Amino acid sequence: MRTLIRNGRLVDPASGRDAPGDLLLAEGRIAALDGEAKGASADRVIDATGLVVAPGLIDLSARLREPGYEFKATLESEMDAAVAGGITSLACPPDTDPPLDEPGLVDMLRRRAKALARARVYPIGALTAKLEGERLTEMAQLAAAGCVAFSQANTPITNTQVLWRALQYAATFGYAVWLRAEDRWLAQGGVAHDGEVATRLGLAGIPVFAETVALATLLELVRSTGTRLHVCRLSSAAGVALMRAARREGLPISCDVGIHHVHLSDRDLGYFDAQCRLEPPLRSQRDREALAKALADGVIDCAVSDHTPVDDDHKQLPFGEAEPGATGLELLLPLALKWGAEQKLGLAQTLARVTSSPARILGVGAGRIAAQAPGDVIVFDPAADFRIVPEALRSQGKNSPFLGHELAGRVRATLVAGKVVFEQP
Amino acid sequence: MPPNPQLNANGELQHLLSIEGLPREILIRILDTAESFVGVTEREVKKVPLLRGKSVFNLFFESSTRTRTTFEIAAKRLSADVINLNIAASSQSKGESLLDTVANLSAMQADMFVVRHASSGAPFLIARHVKPHEHVINAGDGRHAHPTQGLLDLYTIRHYKKDFRELTVAVVGDVLHSRVARSLIHGLTTLGVPEVRAIGPQTLMPAGVEALGVRVYHDVREGLRDADVVVMLRLQNERMSGALLPSAQEFFMTYGLTAERLALAKPAAIVMHPGPMNRGVEIDSSVADGPHSVILPQVTFGIAVRMAVMSMVAGH
Repeated sequence: MRTLIRNGRLVDPASGRDAPGDLLLAEGRIAALDGEAKGASADRVIDATGLVVAPGLIDLSARLREPGYEFKATLESEMDAAVAGGITSLACPPDTDPPLDEPGLVDMLRRRAKALARARVYPIGALTAKLEGERLTEMAQLAAAGCVAFSQANTPITNTQVLWRALQYAATFGYAVWLRAEDRWLAQGGVAHDGEVATRLGLAGIPVFAETVALATLLELVRSTGTRLHVCRLSSAAGVALMRAARREGLPISCDVGIHHVHLSDRDLGYFDAQCRLEPPLRSQRDREALAKALADGVIDCAVSDHTPVDDDHKQLPFGEAEPGATGLELLLPLALKWGAEQKLGLAQTLARVTSSPARILGVGAGRIAAQAPGDVIVFDPAADFRIVPEALRSQGKNSPFLGHELAGRVRATLVAGKVVFEQP
Repeated sequence: MPPNPQLNANGELQHLLSIEGLPREILIRILDTAESFVGVTEREVKKVPLLRGKSVFNLFFESSTRTRTTFEIAAKRLSADVINLNIAASSQSKGESLLDTVANLSAMQADMFVVRHASSGAPFLIARHVKPHEHVINAGDGRHAHPTQGLLDLYTIRHYKKDFRELTVAVVGDVLHSRVARSLIHGLTTLGVPEVRAIGPQTLMPAGVEALGVRVYHDVREGLRDADVVVMLRLQNERMSGALLPSAQEFFMTYGLTAERLALAKPAAIVMHPGPMNRGVEIDSSVADGPHSVILPQVTFGIAVRMAVMSMVAGH
């Protein structure tokens, strides 16, 4: 199967290229660009006139809700949503039920995802059994089953002895550890950023130092163990400052931010809008600005959807009782474009944060437009608006702070391994 | 910010959810209306027909005796039919969701819901889902607001002190967990009180409380100095010893209102408490029962204030 994408604006975030051109995909890979592709024979020709042709998005955090939470979403619905949102690779955190702490579960998830033949799925294994923070998982066996990294999702390890040992053990085999920086005791009971808004609304607060205390601990342990650490969902300006200094020092670290957190702050809670109940909490306007800026200057490597489908029964509740999380797979591209425009970045620079940069953290060859790179490509219209309404979302998660908003950026076609897996006029 | 959900398109009170965001004119109108009802409550026949034929549902997801009773009396004096539901002991324990409970009661032709809930914001969620002719009154939600208590506190202060614009009001104790404090602070700042003080240890002060327009004092003696009004907050039993405070005795020693401390306030200062009081924890009995105390009149005024709020949201 040879597919030719013609007359598009070819954007390669890895090299910075942003120029018109043609692209030929064959045997699952990018076969040729520009002149070499022009006029090549193909089984299928996609006319991309007026559209952007770019690498498929790579999302380092998307909850597919299988196994265990099929009433919130199924692998099928969420994989449909992923490719509709232009996401061709995604990493799923281990907080399923049961958690991804056994090779059999990981194997099953990969097989199911493969059979659906949409986006590529990279499972993240649990760092400790049942995510309980007490006993290490069989990391070598989980890695053999396909886990690309190890994580605690949203339940940090409280016992620092266990944390230290887990980092040491992972470092022994060169495994990456992906952790959120949150001190569980300091965050205990909190549902919103500890500040003026939470005080006004009478919501229990999660202070910024719940993040920085945990982050300082993690960085100190990395200094000792040399573990490759990826810090998930940075939420504060103070956290950014710690990361900036640690990177300057040359520690083997990277980090991401949830795409909602570069757009929203605690002010958006309004009158207890449970759609804004997220983990970590939306912090102050100042924190939001620091995150958006750090994502642009590279202290934060990439943005993730942190896709979390929540059903109405768990969202239509008083703020503090509502389940945290928002749908994200279909909003990642438009929200990334909105962020890039606000930061006055070019398209290549903008897309780098959701393509080449996460590809580097994941250690995969996708995320670029170059000969012999995987044939994971999207064609999108950066100017086409769409209105975020539940009916427009393929995900079973219909929960979003952006419900009712118009966002620009519509995917027209998504190709994974050279095959069209999504298309819309 | 989205539009204030308490006001209808004409800027009139549709629900009472929080004092925050209510314009000064509406607060004054509530207090004036309450004043007219104080006369009613002192008559031999204590009823007016303003809510005749209306059904008021007391929806208490968290137990309360005093507030529920005063709402009930207020509704009955307005000639409404009152239905008390102790939800804590019924459908919630069977797993019915908050909105399902409300939808069911709405199907029973409710006109007004008086809601108390342990979660901040619950009455806002209900108000977003009720029919246009149904009204919601917040009778206390989590740590967020207790607007009728705040209003009766304002009423009491106005009754004894007349002009808000020259007062120093000290609020003492567990501000962190207090919906009473939040509602009162918003009311006082809206009505132009120049100095509102919050007094308590750091462990009981919420982050950024200064942004509400208060001055924080950790030293009770300094905070009480020259105050015109002293409002003591209730300290919940479960918070008296643990990580927030070491003991009730130590709290009384450091922040409790004694006659000696009260002497630092203005000679004509009044002492208030939302009840129920912990004698010997927040307040010494000699002060609670002493000449400065207006704690019992607060309760009486509370009925008139609740009558005023109910009649106003129902459109009278």
